[in-house]
Amino acid sequence: MTIKRLFIANRGEISVRIIKAAKELGITTIQGFSEADADMLSVRMSDESICIGPAKSKDSYLNIGAIMSAIKETCADAVHPGYGFLSENPAFAYAVEAAGVTFVGPSAATIERMGDKVEARKAAEAAGIPVVPGSKGRITTIDDAAEIANSVGYPVMIKAAAGGGGKGIRVADNEEELRTLAPQAQAEAVAAFGDGGLYLERAVRSPRHIEVQILGDGTDAIHCYERECSLQRRRQKVWEEAGAVCLDKETRETLCNSAVALAKSVNYCGAGTLEYLYDEATNEFFFIEMNTRIQVEHPISEMITGVDLVQEMIRVCGGAKLSLTQDQIHRNGHAIEVRINAEDPLMRFMPWPGKLEKMSVPRGEGIRFDHFLYEGYQIPTFYDSLLGKVIVHAPTRAEAITKLKSVLELIKLKGLKTTISLHLALANDASVQEGAFHTQWLEPWLEAGNLTLAQTKRGER
Amino acid sequence: MADIQSPVPGTFYQKPSPDKVAYKSKGDAVAVGDTIGLVEVMKTFIEVKSEAAGIFEGYAVEDEAPVNAGQVLATLSR
Repeated sequence: MTIKRLFIANRGEISVRIIKAAKELGITTIQGFSEADADMLSVRMSDESICIGPAKSKDSYLNIGAIMSAIKETCADAVHPGYGFLSENPAFAYAVEAAGVTFVGPSAATIERMGDKVEARKAAEAAGIPVVPGSKGRITTIDDAAEIANSVGYPVMIKAAAGGGGKGIRVADNEEELRTLAPQAQAEAVAAFGDGGLYLERAVRSPRHIEVQILGDGTDAIHCYERECSLQRRRQKVWEEAGAVCLDKETRETLCNSAVALAKSVNYCGAGTLEYLYDEATNEFFFIEMNTRIQVEHPISEMITGVDLVQEMIRVCGGAKLSLTQDQIHRNGHAIEVRINAEDPLMRFMPWPGKLEKMSVPRGEGIRFDHFLYEGYQIPTFYDSLLGKVIVHAPTRAEAITKLKSVLELIKLKGLKTTISLHLALANDASVQEGAFHTQWLEPWLEAGNLTLAQTKRGER
Repeated sequence: MADIQSPVPGTFYQKPSPDKVAYKSKGDAVAVGDTIGLVEVMKTFIEVKSEAAGIFEGYAVEDEAPVNAGQVLATLSR
């Protein structure tokens, strides 16, 4: 059941990426688009296109009924959901399966299982992957809390079992602190929720976000190494790297092999990502969740391994076996991706959907710009602000940063306000250059005015 | 008379959420900094605040209507 007619149930830069991959596989592409997206780049590039509804996402890109009708009307035999929108929606995957159409992703049952945090944690534990250690259930006495804290390991986070909104949360570094703080947490929990039950979990302070790219064909699974995505703002990744230079060889092997074990244990088909918290101080990693789709930052893994992840996921979901074995995948150099958003970093990242008047992007070895822009394009106001991604690849991390700087200095997107200035300031920052950051690093850095400072310096030059 | 303009292009909302009443009605007193509506732009909701004080005369655009940057959203009389 090789795929012949692929429907793209997404928009923006990922639609462009999917169409390029499908064309190289000789597959006919059909782009679904909203009324606001009639002139987007992927509509121009695809072989066929069909309107799926009004501008608002809930009426088009999130409208399962409308998309299923469009799939039938265009006789598509497969659908690629991209990322976001319906990509991890089990109801959509079930509807696609029921219609006898191939979903480019895992089965609906796998999406449902891995989308449930408790189920995903169970699956990870069953596959032998560490999860953030914690108490199995409610704790009611302080002595119980102390005993469990000893087995979980300090520092521990004390949470109200009935919790929410940060109420009743304390962090204890040792038993003495625990015995002081747990009663406070308990009192606060009673006051807030009428329930003094507590829950204990290891506190991972200033963790790094590390994730592993996997590919599966339903039987076998492989990994394409890890990415580090610790530079985040409001839980949105801003800057991503492959690989994670903070890992030693042995930890990297253990981490990547654990991801493959989980993928195999759920008979995973397609491209997926396992996300982990990494505690640099103790050299420990903990599984947090699995994303059952292609991710925004997939290109950096493609750059260091040479694997075309989007083509491979289309092939395996069309019924083929993985085209590569693990020993054929090698890490080569270092890659960085930065997200170019239509936002004004100096105006608290206010979205700025302008009209692109003129575009000039440097080209060269190890430079890639994944985007959906063309000159004269008016960015619609209805969707998220991601315009594209600048990706660089070089033999070392330092060379990758140098290359990134030169690309960001040369790239011109006239008529738009973008996050390019943020990325330039980051590329010039000493901590970023040293790789000394974690998931709680970027927001305080911004609040301390580092971006404005960088702008002023630039202006003086 | 004073006009309140949209700071950004997007979709204008007269209400804080669909099941609530509009921020302002004709005849309401408006102080500097009062929120009179929301503009949704690229999945972000931006509060539109009045830069003048006065009496609310009415909205110039309908609820959930697309608006451009600088477009008049509401008018005030002094």
